[in-house]
Amino acid sequence: MSFISLTDADREQMLATIGVETVGELFRDIPAGVRFERELDVLPALAEADLTRELEQLAAKNDPPDVSFLGAGIYDHYVPAVVDAVLQRGEFLTAYTPYQPELSQGVLQAIFEYQTAICELTGLDVSNASGYDGTTVAADACFVAKQATGRSKVVVTEATNPQVRQVVKTYARGFGLDVVEVPHNGGTTDPDRVREAARDAAAVLFQSPNFFGCLEPAPDLAAAANEAEAVAIAHVDLVSLGVLEAPGNYGCALAVGEGQSAGNWMSYGGPHYGFLAARRDYIRKLPGRIVGETVDAAGKRGYVLTLQTREQHIRREKATSNITTNQTLLALAGLVHLSLLGPQGLRETGETCMALAQYAKERLTARGLELVFPDRTTFKEFAVRVGRTATDAIRDARARGVQPGYALGRDYPGLDDALLVAVTERRTPEEIDRLVEALAP
Amino acid sequence: MNRPVPLIYERSQAGRRGLAVPRPDLPVPELPDELARKEPPRLPELAEPEVLRHFTELSTRNFGIDTGFYPLGSCTMKYNPRVNERLVGVPGFRDLHPLADEEDVQGALELEWRLGEILREVTGLDAVSLQPAAGSQGELTGLLLMRAYFEDRGEDEQRRRIVIPDTAHGTNPASVTMAGYELTPVSTDARGNIDVEELRAKVDEHTAGLMLTNPSTLGLFDENIEAIRDIFHGVGALMYYDGANLNAVCGISRPGDMGFDVVHINLHKTFSQPHGGGGPGGGPIVVRNNLAPFLPVPLVVRDGDRYRLDYDRPKSIGKVRGYTGPFGVFVRSYAFMRAWGPGLREMSEVAVLNANYLLSLLRDAYELPFDRLCMHEFVLSARGLKRDHGISALDVAKRLMDYGFHPPTVYFPLVVPEALMIEPTETEAKETLDAFAEAMLAIVREARDQPDTIRSAPHGRPVERLDEVRAAKQPIVRYAFEEHKHPTGAGERQLEAQKGA
Repeated sequence: MSFISLTDADREQMLATIGVETVGELFRDIPAGVRFERELDVLPALAEADLTRELEQLAAKNDPPDVSFLGAGIYDHYVPAVVDAVLQRGEFLTAYTPYQPELSQGVLQAIFEYQTAICELTGLDVSNASGYDGTTVAADACFVAKQATGRSKVVVTEATNPQVRQVVKTYARGFGLDVVEVPHNGGTTDPDRVREAARDAAAVLFQSPNFFGCLEPAPDLAAAANEAEAVAIAHVDLVSLGVLEAPGNYGCALAVGEGQSAGNWMSYGGPHYGFLAARRDYIRKLPGRIVGETVDAAGKRGYVLTLQTREQHIRREKATSNITTNQTLLALAGLVHLSLLGPQGLRETGETCMALAQYAKERLTARGLELVFPDRTTFKEFAVRVGRTATDAIRDARARGVQPGYALGRDYPGLDDALLVAVTERRTPEEIDRLVEALAP
Repeated sequence: MNRPVPLIYERSQAGRRGLAVPRPDLPVPELPDELARKEPPRLPELAEPEVLRHFTELSTRNFGIDTGFYPLGSCTMKYNPRVNERLVGVPGFRDLHPLADEEDVQGALELEWRLGEILREVTGLDAVSLQPAAGSQGELTGLLLMRAYFEDRGEDEQRRRIVIPDTAHGTNPASVTMAGYELTPVSTDARGNIDVEELRAKVDEHTAGLMLTNPSTLGLFDENIEAIRDIFHGVGALMYYDGANLNAVCGISRPGDMGFDVVHINLHKTFSQPHGGGGPGGGPIVVRNNLAPFLPVPLVVRDGDRYRLDYDRPKSIGKVRGYTGPFGVFVRSYAFMRAWGPGLREMSEVAVLNANYLLSLLRDAYELPFDRLCMHEFVLSARGLKRDHGISALDVAKRLMDYGFHPPTVYFPLVVPEALMIEPTETEAKETLDAFAEAMLAIVREARDQPDTIRSAPHGRPVERLDEVRAAKQPIVRYAFEEHKHPTGAGERQLEAQKGA
């Protein structure tokens, strides 16, 4: 087996040094009653060429569409080649968590740069080194709010991604949180309803752009939370933050989201990364790793994991979270992507998404399809009624080589005829024309 | 090599761009003023070659398994097969959207199902969720499952306690808190097993369960596991297996047969997912049938030759992560398992052989707290060096860097003073183990003859020992541009003094 170096001669020598006759003797402490005596019932070993064929055959059973308008939380943005090149550096790919900083300045500095980028984008002061994905960081933020306020009620808008809401509710069990949802009103959320619900709440969590692609009245939602002395948590899209105001600048104390849009392939849902940023005063309550700047014994600048007394390996049952392994490599991908784009490139990406989405809206409505929320400003996604069930429309469009979007009826009542259409900078006007032909022939 | 690498922000110049973005000839809709960005984010501005060079330079300041021996205990730093990197990039995997119709992702669902089947065989348990993104998340999921199980039986209020040994990894007690349970500790005896008599006294009808790694973080298989099983199952409690050390026993002993009801696997340990500098990982769980109804949704199910996602699970605890889980991690782990086949048993045998060989080379020079054969890892104590020469486990770790090795885990498990926790894994050559042992023995001699060399180690790395106290006292956690004050140290103070003279 080509991953193993030991020859028969090596094994003999090693057994002799240990002082046993066979490898089996090394397992003598295992009681007979729990020994597994037969061979594992799995398919035979494969050499690399055969393995490649097997896996490629599995991949061939998948049918990723050429043209896709499916978003709903994970997006077909372009991943530049330099991102892949950096991730393939073995010194990054195969390194462990940087607990030994003298051997890990590369990863530590990269995480420090990532933390800086997240702070810049969100308008906040501190970011952790990543969470698992955009759903779990929302749960993390709710727990931070509980610790900060001593309250256990959390208000979540119904227009927030259903997967995010489901995960928050699952974690709420262990965290001792009561989750209250505020329904949307015509595609966005009414700040007055939030203000009412936020009384005695630890936090208000809202997403903007929301699941429908609509821009929430975010500063007013944050104000409603703050008036109730609840923590305002915005769930945001990194790609939108070149054109949309930073949540830290309109009253949010925490910002979270799914980082996949910046730097990660879709890859059937992961691995990706969740980001979490906060105002300075929350720093000691944050979960996850944080990298700090310091000096070495010779006065040279360097980077280390810091505030580790928050974490499980020091604080154990009093830790801010149990998180250990996070999503460092994917966050690094995000940093590389954002570094290539720069502020101007990020702005242009947002503008291109908006311009193309607007074109799609206009062409679809010209063909007689109705927008579900015509009066709302959207970013890169919008909901359109397709005149039959969305699932039928999807099936027919797939037959024409176009994946037209997400069937909103899966998550929201009364929207069985509604399709959520995402338009990224990878789409073209010609592809949008194909979408229109597929939905309204 | 030893000059600091500037921050990418320090290399930035206004007007540079690293990526052009498509700009269709279409008008850009206006945004309401109160929602529009006022100040652009200060992201780096560099051309593409400079970006690549920056990150390449950073990577040369980092040490991975590709670089050299990395014997971190309980981390299982084995070789990450490169074919796996090629396979995750195949468009038929890479370009799949997690909300695509099941028709369009039959290959992905089949892979997930097959991965689950192998995990069932290896663990000896019945039902799988691949959803958790890391071992810690698997732990939390498993504990939430246990709560749901007991609540279903009307016993959740009564059963508030989880038993954890003093050798447990910190994630275990942290997970207990996150799940809303209380912790009952139990000690380790002189043989390195859980103290069974103490356990018997502490386990009763208020116990929900046990969280245990077996072999433990001491690298020792608990000889009393059957008695432990009887104690917990005897009071109707459950047993949770932390799979961090599974590399020792694949195909040799199965957690389900040991009595465990819920297991998490670390795909980034046993099954070769690269650690990526801190992640990603995968923490799938496998459970006994009586816990299956509570698993997170969706489950992957096979119907004849079709695969589908089952959301119709009314007793499910919900979701712990988006979609079905970190699929790219599944591709790598599945490929790894298919490369080994039933030889996964041999993988564990070689892991245990390598560890015992290395242990024999070191056991006389360092203290061995538990005089037994080890499994895939072992723990030594540098207590003697500390007592006789003032050299600590930390000092040993830093000096090992000068010999070209990543150090082992230090100061864990907590029950061993000046602990050095060493796990070679099965992918190391005998010559590497010999060279590492040589270095460890050389350090013992140096401790006696020239301890200052050790105390000032590492030499020849980009940085010397870093001031972690300062980093925590005055946290600088982002670059602040014009307002950024890089921390100064002895070097700068000297400069200032010279200026004044």
